[in-house]
Amino acid sequence: MSTKFREGANPMNTKWSRWKTIWTCGFLLIVIVLCDARAASALPTGKVMALPMFARKYGLPCSACHTAWPELNNFGQVFRDNGYQLMNDRDSPIWQNPSYFPISFRITPTWHRETTTNQQLDAVPGSGLGDGVGTLTQAGFDLSGMDLWSGGTLYKNISFILLPSSDSTAVWHFESAFIRFDNLWHSPWLNVKFGRFELDNLISEKRFLFLSANGGLYQIYHFNVPGSINNFGYGDNQIGVELAGHSANSYTRYSVSVLSSNEGGVNFTTDVVPGGSPSNRTYDVNLAFSQAFNAPGPPGESGFGLERVGAFAYIGQRPTNFETELGTQLVGINNKPFYRIGFAGDLSYKNLELMPLFMYGHDNPYLGQFGVPAGSTLPPGAQAPTFYGGFLEAHYYFNPQNVALARFEQINVGQQAIAPSVSGVSGSNGNITAVSFGYRWYPIMFSRAGVALDGEFSRVRTIGQEPESGNGSGFIGNPTAAVWSNSIFFGIDFDF
Amino acid sequence: MTLKKFAVTFALGSIALLTAGATVSTAQSHVNSPDPLLGTPSVASETSQVNGLTGHAEEGKHQYRRFCIGCHGPDGNGQGMNAQWIDPQPRDFTEATFKCRSTPTGTLPTDEDLYNAITRGFVTTNMPSWRPLNPQQRADLVAFIKTWSPRWAKEKPGAVLNIPPETAITIESILHGRELFQKLECWKCHGSEGHADGPSASTLTDSKGVPIKPFNFSTGERFMCGDTNRDLYRIFMTGLDGSPMPSFADVIQPNDAWDLVHFLRTLQVALPNNQELTLWQSYKAAHGKDLKPIGPDSAGGAQ
Repeated sequence: MSTKFREGANPMNTKWSRWKTIWTCGFLLIVIVLCDARAASALPTGKVMALPMFARKYGLPCSACHTAWPELNNFGQVFRDNGYQLMNDRDSPIWQNPSYFPISFRITPTWHRETTTNQQLDAVPGSGLGDGVGTLTQAGFDLSGMDLWSGGTLYKNISFILLPSSDSTAVWHFESAFIRFDNLWHSPWLNVKFGRFELDNLISEKRFLFLSANGGLYQIYHFNVPGSINNFGYGDNQIGVELAGHSANSYTRYSVSVLSSNEGGVNFTTDVVPGGSPSNRTYDVNLAFSQAFNAPGPPGESGFGLERVGAFAYIGQRPTNFETELGTQLVGINNKPFYRIGFAGDLSYKNLELMPLFMYGHDNPYLGQFGVPAGSTLPPGAQAPTFYGGFLEAHYYFNPQNVALARFEQINVGQQAIAPSVSGVSGSNGNITAVSFGYRWYPIMFSRAGVALDGEFSRVRTIGQEPESGNGSGFIGNPTAAVWSNSIFFGIDFDF
Repeated sequence: MTLKKFAVTFALGSIALLTAGATVSTAQSHVNSPDPLLGTPSVASETSQVNGLTGHAEEGKHQYRRFCIGCHGPDGNGQGMNAQWIDPQPRDFTEATFKCRSTPTGTLPTDEDLYNAITRGFVTTNMPSWRPLNPQQRADLVAFIKTWSPRWAKEKPGAVLNIPPETAITIESILHGRELFQKLECWKCHGSEGHADGPSASTLTDSKGVPIKPFNFSTGERFMCGDTNRDLYRIFMTGLDGSPMPSFADVIQPNDAWDLVHFLRTLQVALPNNQELTLWQSYKAAHGKDLKPIGPDSAGGAQ
């Protein structure tokens, strides 16, 4: 029996553990700041300079397209919307030196510490009884997954992205793979993308700045009400076709996507690596629109910056059971619908960026009942699972090479899959509250490579459920107990 | 930790970050404040006036560091880390010599000229269009660019060129423009067909001795400083300072200049909806054999 186990049901409530966490996080952040001050003159920052393949092609520094890579600023957004083209005569690959090849890689060696409370453990290790509750803590050096980016133009106004991506054990999949026909009929309002790609999110999870286990995802982009068999994640890449358009400066943007109802899976499955369930034969639709405008400053002063607001809606369906052959699942059938709607913003006040997002999710009652095919009688108390919530993320850019980060998230289950009055499970089961802080320093931002030191602390409370990060066992004996999961993270994020 | 404590933690953390940020930001807000990534500008502070906006150099400094430093360099002299890979070379702001102006050759451009250049970009170079930056950011950049040269403190921009209304596009106008193209020896650089293959083309250098190519009309790409007939008129009446392209303001009259514009358009064979080219091709189909070729063999003038 470990010392931590003897401390009680929720050892993170002890002052020692809490302060240890806080001090460790503080120490890491101070080290980063000191490194910044100390090394600023020693490292080659005097000649400042995400995807270095594009930076190399056009000779621009990372900061031209990124507020802090990989997050895009409006110039980068226009570049992306134009099909990775600056719309000058250097866009076509014929302009490139023969030695140029549009590939970048990115990986992050890390040290991190993960702590999750209220885990069902064996009181005696190896007993297999699951008769105790305790805290699971792990710490050590690690690797992130690796991205092997390739992207650019095949010809003027024909662009592509190919992104084989691995997890930290080098299991590979195609995170993104698409070809895009840009500026059809010489209009920026007509662009068609075909393949696997990220939804046109105003706030992109693929481009955000947090990397830790608990902070490295937008909780609501992956949230589903406990018990729901819906596997949809708004932050996950999907597979299909997208019609998108934008004004010349991308202040106005729209996107309409038709996607397979299989969560971006390939080979007619619901996953990007072998082993997923069979997919079904239906399609989802995603709609996104955003509008940006300039906020004028006080008289005689410069403006506050660019403000963008937008809305989105995802209407999809998922199967409730499968056609089978001798018991082997073949194709998902008996689909039932769900939707996610919301609005978001990307607001600037000089060097401060605020990104609010609100989302509401609604599933058909059958999607809340595992093993109950559509058309069958629903169990007593079955109802449509719903949730709502969002986050507010703040970035402060001291300069293009230093950014401080903070995020607060709250998700509430609006309606459980089974009414609490019937199931006896609290209506708050599954609720999530999360807070994250971080700091990124980019000592190297050349047009050929980038390095960022990343320090983070993230703390997530999930009622009665496994944290979305995957930390912990996911089996909680007490559905009203708060599962606290902390991440302390330090990584060196580099790409070339 | 309760939700309330969560919120308090978040609020306090955010306030601490913002306070630290505001402190650093205030300390670095002056254009001449030390910045390890930027050299010291020659002029303490500048403003710009563009389309009713006032640009501020201290704000533009941040934009410059983010967007421009890679090519134009930390000292504004066009020696950014990418400059060695770029052809044509980035502009050297310390000389305050600019190609795209509405002012006479040798004079400083107006703020609007610089603003338009930033907005438009230069299609045949690595300089992209910075239209995605909002107007205030571009105006701020103009103000900051002006701090790199002491000329801005000593001189005023030149008088803006007065461009008379465009004359009618006629075959006579085009033919006269063709004569001028021969007489003014434009063909020596741009080539008799506008392919940038004139006998002098390979010998051209800019004001820093770097080899430079003349404009190739045949591609149909827009010009260095715009895409309208007025822009083309302005280009050869003001010249492109820093390049071998001279000003012809003292050589030709306004009506003659419009004739030259009309002829130059006929060289843009790849430009869609080219009114001058359509007219010219009709004429050439009927009278092509009567035309003298442009070039050294047409000493008496092309017609």
